[in-house]
Amino acid sequence: MQIKCYINNRLFNEVIEPDMLLIDFLRHTGFTSVKRGCDTANCGLCTVWVNEKTVLSCSVLAASVNGKHITTLEGVEDEAIAFGKFVADEGAEQCGYCSPGFIMSVLSMKRELNDPTEEEIKHYLSGNLCRCTGYMGQLRAIKKFLQQGKDGA
Amino acid sequence: MFSLKEYITPSSLEEAYELLNKNKNNVILGGLLWLKMGNKNYNMGIDLSKLGLDTIIETEPQIEVGCMTTLRQIETSSVLNTCFDGIVSASVKNIVGVQFRNCATVGGSVYSRFGFSDLLTALLALDCYVHMHKGGIIPLEKFIKMPYEKDILIKIIIKKDGSRASYKSCRMTATDFPILAVALSRCNSSWKIAVGARPNKAALAAKASKLLPENPTKEDIASACETVTSELHFGTNLRGSAEYRKELAKVLVKRGVEEICR
Repeated sequence: MQIKCYINNRLFNEVIEPDMLLIDFLRHTGFTSVKRGCDTANCGLCTVWVNEKTVLSCSVLAASVNGKHITTLEGVEDEAIAFGKFVADEGAEQCGYCSPGFIMSVLSMKRELNDPTEEEIKHYLSGNLCRCTGYMGQLRAIKKFLQQGKDGA
Repeated sequence: MFSLKEYITPSSLEEAYELLNKNKNNVILGGLLWLKMGNKNYNMGIDLSKLGLDTIIETEPQIEVGCMTTLRQIETSSVLNTCFDGIVSASVKNIVGVQFRNCATVGGSVYSRFGFSDLLTALLALDCYVHMHKGGIIPLEKFIKMPYEKDILIKIIIKKDGSRASYKSCRMTATDFPILAVALSRCNSSWKIAVGARPNKAALAAKASKLLPENPTKEDIASACETVTSELHFGTNLRGSAEYRKELAKVLVKRGVEEICR
């Protein structure tokens, strides 16, 4: 079957199998930031945005994004680099395999929540698992990232 | 991983229903989260996302939630966060993560009647109905016990009866399936106690509910808690033993009653 969709604002017209998953479609199309993790919809590694909402690309049919806008880490590169500096400063990353999905969730949270509390941050990101860091470095990095420019200094 | 030979987005419910019943291996696609965990070979996947069934509509007597509404929409809905002390929204908040809840649908959760379903437990404690395309409007309590039929769940309907309500669950980790889920409601002097993840699908504890007066004493609550554990079946699985679940049920029911009476 044929689908037409926008990936990072670029139009794609592709022929796919009806049961192809979005993660396979994106990686096949060259967006290899999208990582396969648990494959059971638990880890959040494969998180991308469909029409600005975070979804698990391992659990979405490529056929269902026909006519929609998909955003991967490659599509928010500048913001990802900006956030990445905070992550590096806090030593909040080790193997980095979970980072693409984690960053997509953090940037989505920044758009969705206004000045979130620590509990709200933890709750919003509870679907992104990291088996290296223990999350505390990530939490520090997120707080500083969200706080930048708000101190008035 | 399941397989699909064909993917269709019908333009009407009637068309969807006809397609569903055309072949025994045709299936309605909800959020896909559970379906994709299986290995079945389906003929046709029917996606209802073009039918405008992803809305939460509040009218004076009821709240209607379309089958393609996501759990995230339920979580963030101002209506569902307000009515019934917010238990419908509260029941989905710990289901994996935001990106999961952006995929999972009400229809998939309710039609499937999963034992572990938080949402089903919360809805069962309320005056809730399912609207099936062919089967019409059915009380949720009855629907839970019905066999699986090839019909389409269009929406759920929750009557706004002014119930006070409480939802409690216990999990091994924050985003895991519940070991036990308990929902309670009180409408005037009538109580409903629903217990899910026993690990069987949610059920009402009718006898225990009747033991509670409008403002129960400690003794009334203790008696209701004991009755919950004797009238419902509790089972054992990887998350907990039947005995452990019974103890949890007593604690969660007690907390729920106290919360409503506060």
